Amino acid sequence: MNDTFEPVIIGFTCNWCSYRAADLAGTARVKYPPNIRLIRLMCSGRLDPTFVLKALTSGADGVLITGCHPGECHYLEQNYKTLRRYLMLRRVLTQMGIEPERIKLVWASAAEGVKLAQEITDMVEQIRALGPFKSRYPLPLNPPEVAHVQPTAERGTA
Amino acid sequence: MSVNGKPKFAMYWAASCGGCEIAVLNIHEKILDVDANFEVVFWPVAMDAKYKDVEAMPDEAITLTLFNGGIRNTENEAMAHLMRRKSKILVAFGSCACAGCIPGLANLSTREQIFEAVYEGVSTDNPTGIRPDFQWAAPEGNLHIPEFYPVLKTLDQVVAVDYYMPGCPPESHQIGAVVDLVIQALQGKATLPPTGSVIGAGTSTVCDECPRIRNVKTIQHFTRIQQLAAIDPNLCLLEQGIPCNGPATRSGCGALCPRAGAQCIGCYGSSDGTLDFGARLMTAFASVIEGKEPAEIERVLDTLPDPVGQFYRFSLAHSMLRAAPVVLEEEEQYATHHH
Ligand code: SF4
Ligand code: SF4
Ligand code: SF4
Ligand code: FES
Repeated sequence: MNDTFEPVIIGFTCNWCSYRAADLAGTARVKYPPNIRLIRLMCSGRLDPTFVLKALTSGADGVLITGCHPGECHYLEQNYKTLRRYLMLRRVLTQMGIEPERIKLVWASAAEGVKLAQEITDMVEQIRALGPFKSRYPLPLNPPEVAHVQPTAERGTA
Repeated sequence: MSVNGKPKFAMYWAASCGGCEIAVLNIHEKILDVDANFEVVFWPVAMDAKYKDVEAMPDEAITLTLFNGGIRNTENEAMAHLMRRKSKILVAFGSCACAGCIPGLANLSTREQIFEAVYEGVSTDNPTGIRPDFQWAAPEGNLHIPEFYPVLKTLDQVVAVDYYMPGCPPESHQIGAVVDLVIQALQGKATLPPTGSVIGAGTSTVCDECPRIRNVKTIQHFTRIQQLAAIDPNLCLLEQGIPCNGPATRSGCGALCPRAGAQCIGCYGSSDGTLDFGARLMTAFASVIEGKEPAEIERVLDTLPDPVGQFYRFSLAHSMLRAAPVVLEEEEQYATHHH
């Protein structure tokens, strides 16, 4: 799309699996592109869809969500909730006219450093092909601070 | 200006349906308290007053303005700035002003798509495809009508807002309570909450106010309420497969809809501490949907045919994404042309 475009990807990792997989990739000197910024959660189940929307509206071009394989979540079944949230988010993005490929879910155990590195590499290329996600979120969610004097009886009747 | 020395009250409607105005009139005899304690200086739905009358007032001359409706066009925005300037306390009144409400769902569509639906839709007889012109050179001079913006904005996206009063419309007993509070504060008997607070509502969720029983049951598909032969009167509606927005919606109405056997559709907006209503609701739905395989989950989600309408019915304009990117692009172009 654009020769100079370097995608920014936020990657949410699980402390027990994918974070260690990424660590393993690092110590084993498996190369993956520097476009991803990893954020560690205790479990993929901690992934609130707000995090994904916040990333996308704060300048990320894509969001990678990773967690333990089905059946291997350290908090039993939380990664299934993540899967459901992810599938709902994809539908919302699609209806908003946003490419659902901007978010991706990958299961990676602590031993799968090579696999994770490959998934990251693939995703960076996919997002590169999609082009930048132009975040147009300049408006404050909360009102700007206003120094408004609270009304008192005198002010009110002045 | 003041003939009787009473603090001044105003109410204005921007892109709104009129329901918020009815809700204020519906506070019954409390409306007499409003009259006894305030001088109503501007309220287009209830009295004859002109914009120029407001313009002529000194800044902050009006003590309390209830502003309902979203910001859809140039007139709405100009009035938002005017009412801000002239008011000490500006309240975003009702879901439209607070979060965009139903008019905010138009943020999924471009101006062209909206105009097409409105001026050439199935219910419109307009064989020559006439569209409004925002400016028209008439023999008597140039005529202007308010210009339609690409994006619907909430009140706090154009001016600073002192308080938010959610609801579509806000419940009458809550309006009455707020009126009481302001009157008490004016008499020095109470203090108003900090600027930026949500007033006339609770802090938790509709589920907290709902008497229906939850059994941590999971569901295999969603059902439209009108398709059910019978609704269990005691059981949580969500657990009966009816997509109820109670888990993400701010308390304050007393769980009116689920008590009456209908799902909460979320008119009181986000509960405390929630940045994005839909994100909160997706999290809640993820806990009740059954399925561990993507295909299985997709089958459940197929029974929610309008995800944005479900998750953002009242909150799209105030959500993190705000509008479809193509619509935001239009907004950007509009802004560069007009500034
Ligand atoms: S909040 Fe509801 S009742 Fe009030 S103006 Fe908007 S649509 Fe109408
Ligand atoms: S989901 Fe709806 S019906 Fe169930 S407890 Fe919450 S508000 Fe009540
Ligand atoms: S139950 Fe939900 S939709 Fe009904 S009035 Fe309360 S907040 Fe609004
Ligand atoms: S602990 Fe890894 S996904 Fe739950």
